[in-house]
Amino acid sequence: MTRRSRRLWLVAGCMASFGTATGLALAAFSSNIVFFMAPSQLLAAPPPAGRTIRLGGMVVAGSLVRTRIAGREPSVRFEVTDGRQAIVVGYVGILPDLFREGQSVVALGEMAPDGSFRAAEVLAKHDETYMPKDVADALRKSGRWDPRFGPPPPEASWDGMGAAGPAAPEHLRS
Amino acid sequence: MQATRLAGHAAAMPSLVPAPAHRIVEQPDCVTAGPVGRLLHRTANPGRFLKFGARLQPLLTWPAIVLAAIGLGWGLFLSPADWQQGDAVRIMYVHVPAAWLASLGYVALAACGLLSLVWRHRLADLAAAEIGPVGACVTGLCLASGSLWGRPTWGAWWVWDARLTSVLVLFFLYLGHVALMRAFDDPARGARAAAILALAGAVDLPVIKFSVQWWNTLHQPDSITLTGAPTMSPSMLWPLLITAVGFSLGFAALVTARLRAAILEARLRGLLLAGAADAGHA
Repeated sequence: MTRRSRRLWLVAGCMASFGTATGLALAAFSSNIVFFMAPSQLLAAPPPAGRTIRLGGMVVAGSLVRTRIAGREPSVRFEVTDGRQAIVVGYVGILPDLFREGQSVVALGEMAPDGSFRAAEVLAKHDETYMPKDVADALRKSGRWDPRFGPPPPEASWDGMGAAGPAAPEHLRS
Repeated sequence: MQATRLAGHAAAMPSLVPAPAHRIVEQPDCVTAGPVGRLLHRTANPGRFLKFGARLQPLLTWPAIVLAAIGLGWGLFLSPADWQQGDAVRIMYVHVPAAWLASLGYVALAACGLLSLVWRHRLADLAAAEIGPVGACVTGLCLASGSLWGRPTWGAWWVWDARLTSVLVLFFLYLGHVALMRAFDDPARGARAAAILALAGAVDLPVIKFSVQWWNTLHQPDSITLTGAPTMSPSMLWPLLITAVGFSLGFAALVTARLRAAILEARLRGLLLAGAADAGHA
């Protein structure tokens, strides 16, 4: 074995053990690395009262109630779901522009005694789909997608939608 | 002090001045090298790289400028706005190429570290010293543009989710590499320490890549993957890909230009040192 191949094995061994150590450490801390908890996780193992946590999920369509009282910050109530269970979230303040029904959101706050979630901060989590407005409009008009009920269909099916693909049929254009 | 620094630089360039003892001891390596080793040693010649680099430079620089201009012009002005993010989505045309290059640059840095540690590749240390600052800049650009993008879309400049945190770690790895490379009077020792850091830091790369799959994050998953179809309209995908190619060529052009300058500088130092030694003997 030459000095060069000995060094190669040494470097490979160090890399493998360091990589394994990092992997094990990350796996051990996995529950702390997650950015938010889903409603079903939160309800299965309720955190102690007063503990600040992040709740993430999709805003349930039709659940958004806005209350405006003159001279005070607007307050909202909405439900957040992970598809299995839902938690009511109350929030006082200004919501991010991307907040809407059907959008994924992450709320920072704590569980209230009544089982709802009292949020101090609400962030919008957009998905990895990017599409022009006319494609989104065309998908909605054709009835193939309602933004309030989840992510849009895959890109391959956008053909003929909007200006991006071949010309859309006239009746789908706005 | 100045003399040791000069001597150190000369030691990093053994083709220019008489080789110090520890270099001579390693000579058998070159003799026993297999085909891969022989190829590596041929490419390790800084003089050969200077000739090659002079021809390569315009082939990198001009396509980089043209492609980045086309891609950015198309992306920032002509491509459609996103249906929900509006014009804020245009930050993507800077952020995503910068993010790809941040990881890709670190792959290059780790490869240089491996070549340096195992094959004692002369050019690898010089290349690593020049890749580090450029990589730190694109990682900084990725973090800054991402922060500007996060505020209007998520509603936060910064969150400590796994993707953002692992990229911040990458940024500090780059800064650490830049600092470590230059922290010793003897550049060979700095290069060795930096090579070890570059290889150890490479564990961050899979963490960055898979952070959005392993853990739930605020950052969205990748839109463009090797396995699946892109979840992006072609009218946005094309300017993004063109910009990414332009930025990548620009990265390579910057590193090549810096590397050529560094070789010339080291050569100059070697000549100055040789001149000083002659003057001393006379």
